[in-house]
Amino acid sequence: MKYEDIIHRCFRCGFCKLTDDYEEFNCPPHKKYRLESFSPGGRMWLIRARIKGDVQISERYQQILYSCTLCANCVTHCIFPFKEDLVNIFTAARESLVEEGTLPPAVRDYLKSIQTYGNPYKEPSAKRGDWANGLSVPAYDGQEYLLYIGCVGSYDERARKIARSVALLLKTLNISFGILGAEEICDGNEVRALGETWLFEGLAQRNIEYFKTRNIKKIITLDPHAYNAFTLEYKTLGADLEVYHYTQILAEKTAALADRLKTDPLEVTYHDPCYLGRHNNLYDEPRKILAALPGVKFAEMVANRGNALCCGGGGGNFFSDILGGGKESPARIRVAQAKETGAGIISIACPQCAKMLEDAVKAEDLEDKLAVKDIAELVLSRLETK
Amino acid sequence: MPPAARWKRHTEIINKFCHAKTDKGAFVNIYESLCAITGRDYVSREKEDTYIYSRDSGAEPPRPVDYVVMPGTVEEVQRILLFANEEAIPVTPLGGGFTLSALVVPQKGGIVLDMKRMDKIIEVNELSRYALIEAGVSQASLRAYLKKHHPRLQHSTPEAPPAVTVVGNALIQGHGHITPRYGLTSDMVNGMEVVLPTGEVCRLGSSAVTDSWYTRGPIPDLPGLFIGWFGTTGVVTKLSLKLYPRPQYREVIVFSSDDIDAIPEVIFELTQLDLLEDFFLITQEKPDWMNHIFYVVILSAHFEEELAMKIRIYSDVAKKIGNGKTIKVVENLHPALYKRFLDVPPQAAVAADFRKGGGFQYSAAILSFDKVPACWRKGIEIAHNHGMVASYVHQVLTCHSIMFGFNYSFNRADDKDIAAARQAIDESNRFILETEGMIWKGSSEAQKLIMKKMDPATAMLIEKIKKAMDPRGIMNPGNWEVPR
Repeated sequence: MKYEDIIHRCFRCGFCKLTDDYEEFNCPPHKKYRLESFSPGGRMWLIRARIKGDVQISERYQQILYSCTLCANCVTHCIFPFKEDLVNIFTAARESLVEEGTLPPAVRDYLKSIQTYGNPYKEPSAKRGDWANGLSVPAYDGQEYLLYIGCVGSYDERARKIARSVALLLKTLNISFGILGAEEICDGNEVRALGETWLFEGLAQRNIEYFKTRNIKKIITLDPHAYNAFTLEYKTLGADLEVYHYTQILAEKTAALADRLKTDPLEVTYHDPCYLGRHNNLYDEPRKILAALPGVKFAEMVANRGNALCCGGGGGNFFSDILGGGKESPARIRVAQAKETGAGIISIACPQCAKMLEDAVKAEDLEDKLAVKDIAELVLSRLETK
Repeated sequence: MPPAARWKRHTEIINKFCHAKTDKGAFVNIYESLCAITGRDYVSREKEDTYIYSRDSGAEPPRPVDYVVMPGTVEEVQRILLFANEEAIPVTPLGGGFTLSALVVPQKGGIVLDMKRMDKIIEVNELSRYALIEAGVSQASLRAYLKKHHPRLQHSTPEAPPAVTVVGNALIQGHGHITPRYGLTSDMVNGMEVVLPTGEVCRLGSSAVTDSWYTRGPIPDLPGLFIGWFGTTGVVTKLSLKLYPRPQYREVIVFSSDDIDAIPEVIFELTQLDLLEDFFLITQEKPDWMNHIFYVVILSAHFEEELAMKIRIYSDVAKKIGNGKTIKVVENLHPALYKRFLDVPPQAAVAADFRKGGGFQYSAAILSFDKVPACWRKGIEIAHNHGMVASYVHQVLTCHSIMFGFNYSFNRADDKDIAAARQAIDESNRFILETEGMIWKGSSEAQKLIMKKMDPATAMLIEKIKKAMDPRGIMNPGNWEVPR
């Protein structure tokens, strides 16, 4: 396995489980299960035990590996020099399970769907662009940007609404963009996270080739997961792309809408998606957008930015649900943290977080107190119709 | 709830539980019985989970664990102990699990009782300066809670990582960053709620008589039955801990010296002033500029003028010790060291990566000051004999004794290196006892050395107390056992 030469260096001191001020345990699986085996250190020691042959692959071992959301809280808070490799180590351990063909059924099914259908929803590619029906969004044809939607935004009912909002906003702001619709290919971020490197590289190469063929140089992504794959992974595979998350574009343009925005008071908090925040250090742009909305009072959650608790959907858990729900699930805890701010809206910038938190709001019976809105939806809702 | 009502409630639970059992001797499914108490989510017998609980971060060899149970309430603890007592299953209570000497890795298998779900800060009484907390409250969460809600108060925070528990530190007679001023964490205990191995739930300290937890006495000092016993007498579920004023200003002043023989005098003189918050001695053979004796004095004050005065006084004192030739003030302290000294808690765990091996253990001696030079030299000799670079961090506990750490980093991936660390620890432990020192939180092997040297009448008393409190010997067996 990769990283075998450093994995023994984990002291299991536990800084990785915590936030900056050490106030909260912040590792999603550890927070839910509380057992040391579900902490980053426990996982490190078990991976090493597996390499040494002290433990065998089992359902529990799979659960411990795959309930990790790869949220990078451990990377942010570990005190050792090898901290940058923690998520890579967990991914490498998953790769070894893929190589041995010993995967949890939910992971196997996800990967099989991607291989067979090109998406995890087992839907035909022809339907990939249906989210844009009726919006008159142009197909990509040499515009400045490609708006890349990804599987979740293309097929998930809730996420489609977010995709529509982003597209409408970009149109309102006169951004030159087009979409690929049925020709769009899965970005593979979750495929890689689940350990299927070979399939990921295949998807990435197909995308890179396709982007080259279409002379696509600048991409706006809807989903932070796709943003992560394009910025961090595709570059290592030879991609030459300028990639933006849509909040980066909006952050620069929202002020231009100032005279068209409603001013009635609204209290809003913001949940940092891991693939925007900890993985890619994009913390300011979404806050800049919120700050540009007249009447919006921003209430920061105590755990924010690098200390934000993952919604529980990262690392493939959005699809595999191996971390699972329940009262101590991260999404429900996160919703409770949002409620503490007194805000009526949790704004997000990720379709996967949106779905996770919206389900948690329902589970916590807070539907009449707390709404989950993507930042694009929020901005759009503040636009005066003329 | 008044004491009499509490007793009635606990007795009801005991009776209900005992009467619910069927024929004695019949097959009992331990796993299912434990699940029935805490719920299935908080019991594990999975090999992957027990693997992690069967070893700690030090160099001690692993020992098997059968079940990990995470109780959420005192009633669950009570029922688990009743069940374990009935079935004679060993129970090892675990807080942060970071003693490094494997004190909470069971010696005879059975159940590890991981207390971390019981993590409520129940009460902070600002006026009487105490916090009532559950056993699983971490150092970090109490510190953060106080900072947020009671910024004028603090508790004594150890050098350990922030996820370790407050109660664990108190029960192993640990120390923290204000120990030199206020004493060991175990001295800061006002009272406890404990579950006895036979299922009774007792309150100790003023809470035994009143509903308040503000003082330990003046009644028989029962918390002593649970402090330093390594979980062999019962399970502490709540603890009242003294809090102290939190000064607004802090500063570090560092002195250096190369005179090992002068250490006792320097410590004596620096502690004679009674003005310091924390005081430790460090050295490290590499890099060269660290290869000196550094006396690190942390000063704190409520007013800037007060802090300036303390700094001036300590600088003046340094000039008087040995006519100003023994120690000198370190000017221009490296920013990283400055931060490391003032951080609470410090990131001391990085010592585990000194050799890029992820392993660290220390043999801790509680010494009188006069024994420090001999131990200083011996520690270096032991480290060199095992091919290691010597490094020390010793904390002066009060103005009476010092925690002297024989530190050994090792490579977890190298069995020979681990064996060398164990050997170094054993040699250190033997030397500590030969030098009339006391071993702190000693491993099972160290405890054997201590018990062998102990006054037989004292050892007999320990045995009698254990027998009286834990008649079936279920509590962390193997610890504090009298050699036969």
